[in-house]
Amino acid sequence: MACIEARGLRKVYGATIALDGVNLRVEEGRILGLIGPNGAGKTTALNAILGLTSYQGELKVLGRDPWATREELMRDVSFIADVAVLPRWMRVWQMLDYVAGVHPRFDRAKAEGFLAKTTIKHTSKVRQLSKGMVAQLHLALVMAIDAKLLVLDEPTLGLDILYRKQFYDSLLNDYFDRSRTIVVTTHQVDEIQDVLTDLMFIDRGRIVLECSMEEFESRYLEVMVNPEHVDAARALKPIYERPVFGRSVLLFDHADRHQLAALGEVRRPSIADLFVAVMGEEQRSAVSGQTSERGAR
Amino acid sequence: MNTESDTVPKLPVESVVTDRRDSTRPFYWSVRRELWENRSIYIAPLIVAAVQVFGFAISTIGLAERRRAVLLLDPAKQRAAIEMPYDIAAMMMIFTVFIVGVFYCLDALHGERRDRSILFWKSLPVSDLTTVLSKATIPMVILPLVSFAIIVITHLIMLLMSSAVLIFHGVNPATTWAHFPVFQNWLVLLYGLVAIALWHAPIYGWALLISGWVRRATFLWAVLPLLAIGVFEKITFGTSHFGSFVKHRLMGFAAEAFDFQGRSKPMIDSLIQLTPGRYLSTPGLWIGLAFAAAFIAAAVRLRRYRGPL
Repeated sequence: MACIEARGLRKVYGATIALDGVNLRVEEGRILGLIGPNGAGKTTALNAILGLTSYQGELKVLGRDPWATREELMRDVSFIADVAVLPRWMRVWQMLDYVAGVHPRFDRAKAEGFLAKTTIKHTSKVRQLSKGMVAQLHLALVMAIDAKLLVLDEPTLGLDILYRKQFYDSLLNDYFDRSRTIVVTTHQVDEIQDVLTDLMFIDRGRIVLECSMEEFESRYLEVMVNPEHVDAARALKPIYERPVFGRSVLLFDHADRHQLAALGEVRRPSIADLFVAVMGEEQRSAVSGQTSERGAR
Repeated sequence: MNTESDTVPKLPVESVVTDRRDSTRPFYWSVRRELWENRSIYIAPLIVAAVQVFGFAISTIGLAERRRAVLLLDPAKQRAAIEMPYDIAAMMMIFTVFIVGVFYCLDALHGERRDRSILFWKSLPVSDLTTVLSKATIPMVILPLVSFAIIVITHLIMLLMSSAVLIFHGVNPATTWAHFPVFQNWLVLLYGLVAIALWHAPIYGWALLISGWVRRATFLWAVLPLLAIGVFEKITFGTSHFGSFVKHRLMGFAAEAFDFQGRSKPMIDSLIQLTPGRYLSTPGLWIGLAFAAAFIAAAVRLRRYRGPL
């Protein structure tokens, strides 16, 4: 059974189409990065998965309809919406008591173990903690819940790089195993490149790219082309070209590695580079689409 | 990397997977949560009680002389005079918790949206029904209990203080105790608190609904429409039926739950004056409860659609 399965998922707010017929399938044991520009529909998609918003189309999360069964679903799904949602008036011990009191799959001893590795005191109020400590606290709570699916929506927004690194390290070392599934959105794409097993780009409510990381690595290659080979390289139809220190870096989809190696230094592209390439293409096609529409009228 | 994490013993999988569903009590913990967050639920009544005790302490200056004068009156007036400060204390407390309850409800479903914590609460397996009912429990159950306990304690302190002062001045304190049948009065108080809570249920339900509905200015949204209807009626028809309706909803419980035997002052001397049968057969009570249920059901439904502001 797939952990998340969506067919024709659609959500409209007034005149804005937040999700425009999304088809999606996330298998158990994957770590999916959902990447997209602001307003692309990432949070709407996650909200639909979490039962926080209604939708049209078909959606099953762990075999359940999230909008109809949020309460039951939350026994098996955890989520961190962003760093600032823990109630600021609450004390750490109250938080532990409360979650232990309402969550059947919360292991308090485990949460205490994670907290012991931080400098967070049980008597502190959330408002007294730094942003990084709040994130540590939330992560400690969530990692102590034996959930099947963990959803992270910009979990490290506004944290410094040390906390960000530690956040994903803990997640991988102390939490993730092959029976769990994680879906994460973030703007700090490159930091999670090595964490992900799957990648999905979303733009204007549609999925524009979907691949596993193995596929990503075999499919996309980046070449820093020597000046004399630029024309030859361009003839191979790169999907994107950018200048770096006066030289051209070209991104190829499904190209022959040996052929490229002759043109310059071949390397693995970063998700961010691919993102810029794909989104740039999207924007151009959107603009040309609009103009052709206008012409047709 | 995080080297310390390696030293943490990995818990055996079985112990992690055990489902503790039977040992969770979402409703109980949701009510506790409300008490943690809203300490005004007990602090405001305690402050009022402290002011009452302080005021009463000052009033004991010259108590002995006044008591001697009171004892010359006829028994009914004696009783009224001696009981008065206790009754005033109780009524002030009832009024205080009403205000606390209304403002609590106006913030209950608004605060969690304002500070975005609704996203955290909704990430836990607690239904909207449990959440809203736990919030409705505060004005309907917790605040009446809190006010009862504080009124009883306040009365005891006042009785002890006045007795001590009277003994010191050579007046028999039994004159207080004879005219102030404590247990009977507390029984009347308990009955009155239940009657008021049921009567005011639609007010709390309305406040909860508004707090889950509007984006800002919950108090204005809750009150101004009522005011507007009243003003409209007055200007258009020259009548004030709506105003009497609101007043009836605020104060109407007294005339139904108690029999004042035609006296101008609302005095309760005997348990015969309690009329639970009549109260329970008052249509106004049941219509009010039906509205309360409808408001709360709407608030539950609304919370499902609500996210952070």
